[in-house]
Amino acid sequence: MLGPPVLCENWDVRVLVGLSGGVDSSVAAALLAEAGHDVVAATMKLWGGAGDSGCCSVGDVDDARRVAARLGIDHHVFNFSEEFDAKVVAPYAEAHALGRTPNPCIECNRHLKFRRFLDRAVRLGFEAVATGHHARIVSDGPEGLPRLVRGRDAAKDQSYVLSMLTVRELTRVLLPVGALTKQEVRARAAALGLPTAEKPDSQEVCFVAAGRGQGPRERFLAQRIELHPGRLVEHASGAVVGTVAAVELVTVGQRRGLGFSPSGRRYVLEVDAASATVRVGSEEDLLTDAVELTTRTWVASPLPVGAVVLAQASAHGRPRPVRLTETGVRYLGGPGRRVAPGQTVALYAGDEVVGSGIAV
Amino acid sequence: MTGGPRDQIAYLDHAATTPMRAEALAAMLPFLADSYGNASGSHRVARAARRALDGAREVLAGLLGASPGEVVFTGGGTEADNLAVLGASGGPRTALCSAVEHPAVLEACRAVGGRVVAVDRRGVVDLDALWDALDERVRVVSVMLVNNETGVRQPLEHVVSVVRERAPGAIVHTDAVQAFGWLDVAALTAEADLVSLSAHKFGGPKGVGALVVRGGTVLRPMLRGGPQERERRAGTENVAGVVAMAAAAEATARGREEAVSHVRELSERLLAGILETVPGVHEAVHRPDRIDAICNLGVEGVEAEELLMVLDELGVCASAGSACASGAMEPSHVLLAMGLKAEEAKRHVRLSLGHATTASDIDAALAVFPEAVQRLRS
Repeated sequence: MLGPPVLCENWDVRVLVGLSGGVDSSVAAALLAEAGHDVVAATMKLWGGAGDSGCCSVGDVDDARRVAARLGIDHHVFNFSEEFDAKVVAPYAEAHALGRTPNPCIECNRHLKFRRFLDRAVRLGFEAVATGHHARIVSDGPEGLPRLVRGRDAAKDQSYVLSMLTVRELTRVLLPVGALTKQEVRARAAALGLPTAEKPDSQEVCFVAAGRGQGPRERFLAQRIELHPGRLVEHASGAVVGTVAAVELVTVGQRRGLGFSPSGRRYVLEVDAASATVRVGSEEDLLTDAVELTTRTWVASPLPVGAVVLAQASAHGRPRPVRLTETGVRYLGGPGRRVAPGQTVALYAGDEVVGSGIAV
Repeated sequence: MTGGPRDQIAYLDHAATTPMRAEALAAMLPFLADSYGNASGSHRVARAARRALDGAREVLAGLLGASPGEVVFTGGGTEADNLAVLGASGGPRTALCSAVEHPAVLEACRAVGGRVVAVDRRGVVDLDALWDALDERVRVVSVMLVNNETGVRQPLEHVVSVVRERAPGAIVHTDAVQAFGWLDVAALTAEADLVSLSAHKFGGPKGVGALVVRGGTVLRPMLRGGPQERERRAGTENVAGVVAMAAAAEATARGREEAVSHVRELSERLLAGILETVPGVHEAVHRPDRIDAICNLGVEGVEAEELLMVLDELGVCASAGSACASGAMEPSHVLLAMGLKAEEAKRHVRLSLGHATTASDIDAALAVFPEAVQRLRS
C-alpha cells in the first residue's frame, strides 16, 4: 500500500476524515473540503453504550454528524469496538496488572486510527485519511518521503502520540490542522459556524469515564483486574515505610501520596506487582543512565547505534538529548529520570520524529 | 463519495422502509390541509375527521380479520409491540419471546424481566424450548410472523397450540410488521390475541401503526390522558397517517398475489446472479423457510460495513444487522441467535425487495455486486 506520497497542495485527493466530534477534526475536514478535495467523514465507534460521556459517545457521534452536515459531506460510523477492546482496552488493563504504565492513546493510534481505519479507507478507494492531530507531515524528504514534525502550536503538539507512525502510514495521512495554532483552529471553526467550535478539549483516557483524581481509573480497572494493596519499601534502607491501596495504580516517577523520607520527597522507583512491592526513594534515586526500549519503530530507516537524538517520555515532557544504544537510549550530559515501564519514548531530530519505543 | 454520479439508485432495503404508495399519499393529503379536524370533537370539522378515522379502521379491520373495535392505532410498529408486551405482562417471568424478535419486542420483554426462547440454526423458534419455558405464570408470548433480518417465517399456528396447551391463560402476540406485504396476515393470525402492524413497511407513512387487540384481551395502556382508542392509547388521533395506512393496506392486499410472484422472480434472479458470479457467498437461511422479499447473504472475506459503503457508492442501497444509538452497526442479534459467530455475522448483508422493485433494479445490483466484493477482497 506504500505509494507516492499524498500531497494535498498539488492535486485533489479522495480523503476519508476521521471525525471524532471534537473541534480539531471538524476543522481538519473543513480545511480539506475548502481546498476542493473529495472528502468523506467517518467516526469510529470504539467504546461505550448509549449513555456514555467519554470519547465516541453518542453525543460525540451526533456532533460529528452535525459538522459533516454543515460542511455538506457524507458521514459514516465505523464500529471498531471489538478491535478497540482487544487491542487497546484489554492490553491497558493487563499492563496495569503487571505494574506497568501503558499509553492507550498511542496503542489506539497504532492499531485503530492508523491501521484499522486506514486499511479500511484504502480498501474503500480513498487515497488518504486525515485526522485532527496537531502535528505536521512534510513531504520534502529524500525521494519525497514524508517526514513527521511537531505541530505549529507547541503547547498542543501531538507528535508524541503519533511517534510510532512510519512512512508506510504517513504517505497516506493528512494532518491539516498541524499548521494552525489551537486558537486559529477555534477561530476557524467559529467562522464556519461549526457546532464544535466551543467544545472543550478531550481529557484523559476516553474509556475511563471523566472525573477527577484517581477515582475513575481505579473504578475502571477494578472491573477488569484484581487490585492489590502493596507495601512501600525505602530504596536505601529496605524498610517498609508505608502502604498503597492498589499497587496496580502506581507509576514509576510518581511522588504524590507517598509521604516524605528523611532526604525529602519520595518518588516511586520500581513497581513489582507480583510481590505487591513499590520501591521508593529520593529524586536522586530516580535517576538512571539509560532507558531500555522495546517495540521500537523508525519513521524511515533505522538510525545507527551511537546517533544522538532527543527523547521525550510523555505527551508534553521535556525532550532530553540521548545516544542510541543496542537496547535503547543513554542520556547525554548526565543521568535522567527513569521512564515508567510501558510509557512510549518518542525520538526526535530537532522537531522531527524519527522513531519511538516503549520503556521496558 | 468516489466514482461517478449515481444517476440511478437501486433501492434494495424495503425491509427497512418502503416508498409511499401513491394511493396512500393521495389519501392523506386532504387531512394535512383542509380536513384538519380533531376526531374527538363534536362539530362538523371534527366529525369529518372522525368519519375518515372510522372508515380507515373498518378497512384495516377487514384486512386483518378483526372487528373495527379490535383495531388500536399507534404511533408505529415499535409502539404496537411495546403496548403488546408491556401492556400484557405482569412482572418477572410473565413474558416470553423468541430470540430473533425485533428489538421493540425483545427489549420490552427484557425490561419486564421476561425470558427469551432460543431459535434453531435455521432461525425458527424452538418449540420444545418454548414448551419448557412456559408455565402458568406466563401472561404473554410474543413470536413474530416473519423475521425482519432473515425473512424466516415463524410457525405461529404451532406456537399458539403450544401456548394454549401449556399456559391457557397466556396472551399470544405476533409482530406481523414484515409479513403484511407478503402474507395473508388475517388468516395466519386468526388465533393470535395481539397483532402488530407498521404502515411504512407496506407503502404507508412513518409514525403510524396498529395493534389488533382481539375481543376479551385486556391490556394496560402505556399512554394515558384521553379516551381515544377506547382508552387503550391516549392522544389525538393521527388521522392523516391512519387514513394513509388504510389506503396503503388496501392497495397492498389487492396487489399482494401479483407482488409475491413478481418479487419471487426478481429475488431468484438476484440470488442466482450473485451466487454465479461471486464466489464465497452463501444464503443465511434456507429459501423455503423464508419470504422471497428478504435475501440475507454472507460474503466471505468482506465486512458488511465496507460492502454497504461501496454498494451505496455504486448506487445500490442495502443494509445489515441493526444500528446502535450512535448509528454504528452491531452484529445482528438474529444471526448470533442462530449460532453464527460475531465475526461471521459481520459479513452478512440484507437485500430486501418491495412490490415496486423493478427488473432494472436487479440488473443494477447484479452489475455492481461482483465489482464491490472484488474491490474489497483485493
